[in-house]
Amino acid sequence: MDLVIARPEGLYCPAGDFYIDPWRPVERSVITHAHGDHARIGNRHYLAAAPGEGILRARLGQDINLQTLPYGQPLTHNGVTLSFHPAGHVLGSAQVRLEYRGEVWVASGDYKIEPDGTCAPFEPVRCDTFITESTFGLPIYRWQPQAHVFAEINQWWQANAATDKTSVLFCYAFGKAQRILHGIDASLGPILVHGAVEPLNQVYRAGGIYLPPTIYAGEVQKSDPMMRKALVLAPPSAGGSTWMRRFGEYSDGFASGWMRLRGTRRRRGVDRGFVLSDHADWPGLLWAIEQTGAERVIVTHGSVGVLVRHLREQGLDAMSFSTEYGDDEEENAAVEPKSAEVLP
Amino acid sequence: MKAFADLYAELDATTSSNAKLVAMQHYFAEAAPEDAAWAVYFLSGGRPRQLVPVRILRELAVEISSLAPWLFEESYQAVDDLAETISLVLPEALHSSNDGLAVWIERKLLPLRGETPQVLAERLPALWSQLDRQSLMLCIKLITGSFRVGVSKLLVTRALAAMAGLDSKRVAQRLVGYTDLSNRPNACGYLKLIAAESADEHAQRGGQPYPFFLAHALSQPVEQFEALLGPASHWQVEWKWDGIRAQVVKRDGRLWIWSRGEELVTERFPELDSLVHCLPDGTVIDGEIVACKTGQPTTEDAFNPHSPAAPAVKPFALLQQRIGRKTLDKKILEEVPVVILAYDLLEWQGEDWRNQPQSERRTQLEHVVASGKNPVLLASPVLTGEDWFDLARQRQASRKLGVEGMMLKARDALYGVGRTKDMGVWWKWKVDPFSVDAVLIYAQRGHGRRASLYSDYTFAVWDGTPDASKRALVPFAKAYSGLTDEEMRQVDIIVRKTTVEKFGPVSSVTPSLVFELGFEGIALSRRHKSGIAVRFPRMLRWRQDKSVEEADNLGTLQDLLG
Repeated sequence: MDLVIARPEGLYCPAGDFYIDPWRPVERSVITHAHGDHARIGNRHYLAAAPGEGILRARLGQDINLQTLPYGQPLTHNGVTLSFHPAGHVLGSAQVRLEYRGEVWVASGDYKIEPDGTCAPFEPVRCDTFITESTFGLPIYRWQPQAHVFAEINQWWQANAATDKTSVLFCYAFGKAQRILHGIDASLGPILVHGAVEPLNQVYRAGGIYLPPTIYAGEVQKSDPMMRKALVLAPPSAGGSTWMRRFGEYSDGFASGWMRLRGTRRRRGVDRGFVLSDHADWPGLLWAIEQTGAERVIVTHGSVGVLVRHLREQGLDAMSFSTEYGDDEEENAAVEPKSAEVLP
Repeated sequence: MKAFADLYAELDATTSSNAKLVAMQHYFAEAAPEDAAWAVYFLSGGRPRQLVPVRILRELAVEISSLAPWLFEESYQAVDDLAETISLVLPEALHSSNDGLAVWIERKLLPLRGETPQVLAERLPALWSQLDRQSLMLCIKLITGSFRVGVSKLLVTRALAAMAGLDSKRVAQRLVGYTDLSNRPNACGYLKLIAAESADEHAQRGGQPYPFFLAHALSQPVEQFEALLGPASHWQVEWKWDGIRAQVVKRDGRLWIWSRGEELVTERFPELDSLVHCLPDGTVIDGEIVACKTGQPTTEDAFNPHSPAAPAVKPFALLQQRIGRKTLDKKILEEVPVVILAYDLLEWQGEDWRNQPQSERRTQLEHVVASGKNPVLLASPVLTGEDWFDLARQRQASRKLGVEGMMLKARDALYGVGRTKDMGVWWKWKVDPFSVDAVLIYAQRGHGRRASLYSDYTFAVWDGTPDASKRALVPFAKAYSGLTDEEMRQVDIIVRKTTVEKFGPVSSVTPSLVFELGFEGIALSRRHKSGIAVRFPRMLRWRQDKSVEEADNLGTLQDLLG
C-alpha cells in the first residue's frame, strides 16, 4: 500500500489519516515549511518542525492549532511513525519521514543542498520512496557556491556606494532576504529593508539566527544622505511601485535562481541579476535523490516531466503527483508577484 | 576575449544609451587596436559567415555535457538560445584564456571554417575549455553569426568619436563599409578610424560612400503640418519609393553601388554598369533602386524631373525575388529590370556637397541626370502642391502608384548623418498600413528578453465568408511586434491555457484571440498556403471586442491586392 497518495485536497497519508502541505483545508496537516504554497490557512491541526513555529504563526496567525517536533524526534500517529529532518530551504523547513510496517517514505517539500547558516542544513534521509520537487529540474541550472554570489553582491554594492547610488536588491521576503543579510559584508554600509522583510527578520533573530542590524526603510527621511550608501532589500513587487520613489539615483538587482538565464534577467529589467536560489540545482536534485537510496521517486512540481524521464532512464521507478505547489512567487518566474505580498 | 565578453554583458544588462556609451568608451580605451578592430566590426553589425554548422555544435555539446540528446533539447527549449544553452550545460572552465579577441577570431575561430566534422570535434572542445561561461556563450555566438547586442551603429560611432576626440560625422564616414564582407578588420584599419583628421583624407576615399541620411516618421494629422513644419513651399516633396536605398559612387573611372546596409551591391545590378560612362569622376548620388515596368520609362518625358507622371514601378515583392537569387539569369533581368531614381547629390566634381542646402543639391542633381542621358538614371520627381491639404490629396494615390507615401525634405536642410536632426530633417509621411482582423492560431516562444514567453504568433483568416456552410482558418502571416509587455504577458497566459498541441517550441492553440494586423504591402505568393504574402506584418491592436467568427476572410485580403 502507498504511504502517500495525491488527493484533491493535497498529499495524503491513508494509514495515518493526515495530509502533507494540503492546498485545501483539512482536519490534520503536516507542514514542511511556511512558504505560501505549502502552508495554507484553514486546517484544524498543524504539525511542523519546531524551528518553523515562529514563522508559521507570523504568517498563518498566532492562534493556529500548531504542534511542533524537534528535528529527528519521532511521533507515532495511527501506527505511522513520523519525524522531521532538515531540508535546508528556509528557517524551519523540513522533510517529512514516514515509517509504516517497515516501509519508509520521505516527502521533502522544497530543499536546498548548500548550507547557508540561516537554517539547519539539508540531511539526506534513507528511504524506499522519495517525494521531491523539481523547481530547477533542468541541467542548465547549476549554482555557483554562494560565497561567490555574495562577493558579487558586495562588489556591486561597493561600486554603487562609491558613486553615491543606492543599491536596491529585490529578493523574496522570506528566506532569501535573510540569507542575503546573513551572507553579505555588512560593514560596507547601512542596510535598509522593506516593510515586508523586517517582520521576518525579527522572527529569524528570535530564532537565534544572526542577521546584521537593519533599518526599516519607512523610517528613513527621503533626504537622508545615508541612503546613497545603503543596500536596500525589497520584495520584487516593490519594483516599479511608488515605494521606489524615495530612492533618488539607484541601481537595482534581483537575486533568484531564475537569473541564471539571460532571457529572464532581461525581462526583469534590472541592472544586475544574481543567481541565488533556495532550491536545489540540477546536480543537487540528482545528488539528493541518490543519497536517499530510494528506488521509487515521485516528483511534485517544477520540471516534472524532465526529472521523471531522466530518473527512469537511470533505472529508477519514477512518477509524478499533480500538486498545486510552485505557484508561490519564488518558484514561478513567469508569474508576476502578487501585490498582497508587498503591503508593508 | 574576456574583456569583450565583459563588455557584452555590460551592454546586455542595461537599456540606458548613456551607460552603453560609457561601457564602450572604457572598452575601446583599454583594448589593443587589433582587438578593438574586431569589436567595432561586431558591435556595428558585422557578421562573418557561419563558421561551423549548428548541427555539429549541438552534437559536440551533447557529447561533452554527457546529457541525453532529449535533455539537451529540453534545455534548449527553456533557454531558447543555442549559444547560451551550450554555455550553461558544458562544464565550467577552471582557467580562462588571456588571448584577445583578435587572436580568438583570426587564429582560433576563422580557421574552423570548412573543416571536417572530425577536425572540428577535436578542436572545438579544446577551445571551449579555455573559456569561462560568459566568454563561451559569446564565442559560440560569434561562431554561429548570431551575435547581437542592443547598440546602434550610431552609438558605436559616438563612442569612438568621444574616445578619439573626433567629430562623430567623421568617424561615421570612415566606418562606412567597415562591416562589408570584403573588409577584414585589423589594427591598422582601426587606428585609421580613430586617427586625427588629415588634410588629404578626402582624396583617399576610393569607392567609399557617405553615411546615409535617414528620415524620421511623421505621424501627426495633416491639420498640424502648418504649425509643425511651416508652409509646404519650404519643403521639397517626393514620393517615398518602395525599393532599395542605394548610393552610386563614381570615382577614378570606376563605379560602386552601396546599399543602405553599407553592403557593396554593384554586382547585383548589372544594368546599372552603364552609369560608369555617363557620370563624371567625383560624383556620388543617393537614390532608390526600383523595379520598373518593362519598356518604360523610355520616353523623353521620363527625363523631365518635373513631369507629373511618376515612373511606373513594380511592387517591391518582385525586386525582393530578384535580390533573393544567387545568380542573375537572363530571364530575371528581363522580368525585373531596375532603374535608379536619384534624389540627392552628395559629391560633385570631387567635392563633398553635403553641406549645400537641399535645394542647391537638387538643382545640380537635375543637371547631372539630364546630361547623363541614361534610361536607368532618373530623377525622383519633385511634387508640388498649393498647401499641405493639396499634398495630402495627392498622397492618396500612393497605393495605386506603388509608393509608400511621401518624403518631405526641408529645402534649406543639409545632408546629415544617420537618423540625426542637427543638420536638417527628412520626414517620411507614410500612408496608413493595410489592416485586417486576424486570428492567432500558433504561438512560439521568443528570443532574448522574450525567451520563455510566447511572443511570436502566426495569424490566420477565414477561407470563406461567415455565411459559408463550412470554413477554415488559413494561416497567412507571422508577427511578433506591436504589443505592450503587459499585453504580451496576458496573451502568454491565454496561450498556455489554450494550447492544443506542441511541435517543439511552437504551440497550436484553440482560436480565441483576434488582432488587427497591419502590413505595408501585399502580393500573390505560391509559397504560402493562403496564396498571399504580406510585408512587415505587425499587430496594431488586440481586438478584445471581436470574436473569432468576426475576423476577416481571404476575400478581404484578395480585395487589397487591387
